[in-house]
Amino acid sequence: MSAANEALSPPARGPRNALFAVAAGVLVAWALIAVLAPLLVPHDPTDFVSDDPFAAPSRIAWLGTDYLGRDLFSRLIAGARISLFMAFLATLLAHLLGGTLGLMAAVRGGLFDAAVSRIVDIALSLPKIIVGLVVVAAIGTSMTVLVIVAGLVYAAGVFRIARALGADVAVMDFIRAARARGEGAAWLIFGEILPNIIMPLAADFAIRMSFAILFMSSLSFIGLGVQPPRADWGGLVRENLSALSAGSWAPIFPALAIASVAIALNLLVDAIGDRRQLARIRDE
Amino acid sequence: MQAAAPILAIDRLVVAPAAGGAPVVDGISLAVSPGEVLALIGESGSGKTTLALAALGYVRPGLAVRSGRIRLGATDLLGAGEAKLQDLRGRRATYIAQSAAASFNPALRLDAQVTEPARVHRLRPLAEALAKARLLYRRLDLPEPERIGQRFPHEVSGGQLQRFMIAMGLIEGPQLVVCDEPTSALDVTTQVEVLKAFKAVIRDGSTAGLFVSHDLAVVAQLADRIIVLRRGALVEQGTTEAILAAPQEPYTRELIAACRRWDRRRPASPPRVAACAAAPARLEVVDVTAGFGPREPMTGRPTITAVDAAALAVRPREVVAIIGESGSGKSTLAQVIAGLHPAAAGEIRLDGAALAPAVARRSLDQRRRVQIVFQMADTALNPRHRVGRIIGRALAFFGRAPRARRPARIAELLALVRLPASYAERRPGELSGGEKQRVNLARALAAEPDVLICDEITSALDTVVAAAIVRLVEDLRDRLGLAVLFISHDLATVATLADRVVVMRRGKIVERGPTGELLARPTHPYTRLLLASVPELRIGWLEEAAGRRAALLPEFAETGAAPVADVDRGREDAHAG
Repeated sequence: MSAANEALSPPARGPRNALFAVAAGVLVAWALIAVLAPLLVPHDPTDFVSDDPFAAPSRIAWLGTDYLGRDLFSRLIAGARISLFMAFLATLLAHLLGGTLGLMAAVRGGLFDAAVSRIVDIALSLPKIIVGLVVVAAIGTSMTVLVIVAGLVYAAGVFRIARALGADVAVMDFIRAARARGEGAAWLIFGEILPNIIMPLAADFAIRMSFAILFMSSLSFIGLGVQPPRADWGGLVRENLSALSAGSWAPIFPALAIASVAIALNLLVDAIGDRRQLARIRDE
Repeated sequence: MQAAAPILAIDRLVVAPAAGGAPVVDGISLAVSPGEVLALIGESGSGKTTLALAALGYVRPGLAVRSGRIRLGATDLLGAGEAKLQDLRGRRATYIAQSAAASFNPALRLDAQVTEPARVHRLRPLAEALAKARLLYRRLDLPEPERIGQRFPHEVSGGQLQRFMIAMGLIEGPQLVVCDEPTSALDVTTQVEVLKAFKAVIRDGSTAGLFVSHDLAVVAQLADRIIVLRRGALVEQGTTEAILAAPQEPYTRELIAACRRWDRRRPASPPRVAACAAAPARLEVVDVTAGFGPREPMTGRPTITAVDAAALAVRPREVVAIIGESGSGKSTLAQVIAGLHPAAAGEIRLDGAALAPAVARRSLDQRRRVQIVFQMADTALNPRHRVGRIIGRALAFFGRAPRARRPARIAELLALVRLPASYAERRPGELSGGEKQRVNLARALAAEPDVLICDEITSALDTVVAAAIVRLVEDLRDRLGLAVLFISHDLATVATLADRVVVMRRGKIVERGPTGELLARPTHPYTRLLLASVPELRIGWLEEAAGRRAALLPEFAETGAAPVADVDRGREDAHAG
């Protein structure tokens, strides 16, 4: 079955398998935690709750304390807010930019397509983390810079996917009918093509968000990301890394948090794929 | 023929979706004897293909056999394992698919593919298989039977490729051949050749044929017996003579009526008062040349010319049909008029005013007044939009109805194409092929056009559904005063509808005239060939048609199936000179 047909088959409804339920459950839980973070934290994430660094879990600090004696649980929740919001915004930027340009290239073709495609080729040939390092080194780091850099870096990949999906749909007769009416590019892209490729693009969004979390955690891990006293999950791993030699679990919890979101996003995409296949089989 | 033990016996077969639901094939029994051709007739969704595939022991994914028995000779196909089925497929039972073009591997030579059953089943040495293949090529009237098999699939015509497919199906002398619409994708002129070759080969063997089609006229030429299917159930069965002469069921009569839509001996479409010749032309096509590839610097013509200096005019309340086989340039001409494919030379005029070549350069009102409806109803509607939104968008875009009045107007338009207003809430996936084409028409009508271009709008539909769409176009023309350009490869479809006919071949208009006159007294040999190729609903037509073709093109008979195209071209040039 061609990609176009795949893109055009209706989405399945209702959670049909356990994989989907588990992945969606983990993500919804993290999303709620991120949104409600200020209400959930037992302590201010920057307050010192103990004199001991890397204290063991206790009634005051459920996951123990960090290298300065702050409550790790509170910092993990605050970090969720930073990590997830930044990754979400970066992916959103990547999709708005890359998706729009990609569909524009599919609809317009010609010189526009050729020019943007070559720029994207160059962007994709550069290692992402090196680009991030160079930009941060050049203009300094801030959360805004991080989001914009990650968004731009990932927009190139989104462009490729959106262009390929869009090109499959753009040759169909309902697009020709719209062109014969004289419809503009905006309607062709958002009115006609987008509804037909929303599912594969959503899957791309999920998987790319997991990349973005890892990307920004990596930058934070090497100290170029979110700056103290605030910390995202990557930063939490970094600042507590010395705990490993002291036998503390402190850096393990943020690492698990990163892993849980990245894995859940990937499982979600897998589950969506399976459900769509089930739907196809049913349709036939 | 009935005396011999049947080769294929299907007993009360029930096939239904594995996930549950209404059966696709509902308790059907049939038997086919050696040398006999049984036809399965029905529209899409009748279960005819599912039933035919079951005869090979194959059930499509998602379907399952609920009950019944299928026997091929002494073998129980439902009880047989996959290995056993593999062993008999291509050897004892073979399949000839609808689209030869999609069924051949473009990278392998035809000989290698036709002899594949022998190789797969290790039945005989390759040299022997090749000799057998060449014998079949000869009997199937393929040119240069000794050498043509060395070609690749793209180096032969569509009709020839379909004959290679038949050769592949027959090479091991199977007991049963299952043909799924083997000629439905072919032009009428090619269809005659393929039918004739197929009939000759199957007649002098002991092979039994199961022939699936939606076209009764085609089936009447080949089948000994006919089974009419509808929604998985058997409607009627009998000998071909009996079914054609005295159909018992209303549905069978409807099928036959749809095929009898055109009778050569009866003058078609009585001249209508409305189409008075004095009215000024609404749409004029003036010496339009269009094609593909870069333009040649000297002449300004495109490298590949699809439309060559075509000129025609359509008046209000008039239907002009453009007839021609695939590759004649008729669809390209439609796109030139719609502004989707700018012409290299020439002009399109609407009420005397020239239209810009590209749609983007035309004014909103010009775009509104010329509407096009496409062939593939399935892909012409956005599957994600509801019908109301599809029509509503055209209304909004052309400013034909203020937002408040839009739902009422959508209901009106749906009523105009004979669909209930409730269909506005449906998505295209919930509509049948004919209903989709009605929605396509409604969308075009939403613009309140003056000119309607119908590009093969009935070609992908079943006979009965297509007949209804033709009646609808006729009705719309009268009620709305449309100038209609009706493009088709099927003369029979346009015979009752068109006031005038234009015959296109290789981008050129070779003949034109009032429908009745042109059908009664065609002057160009190609028009005569087309006319002689439209299947008629009576036994023995095929032989007559083949005879007429032979008389029409003496060269054709001498050189076997030498490409008709080239023979004609010679004649065309003679005409030109």
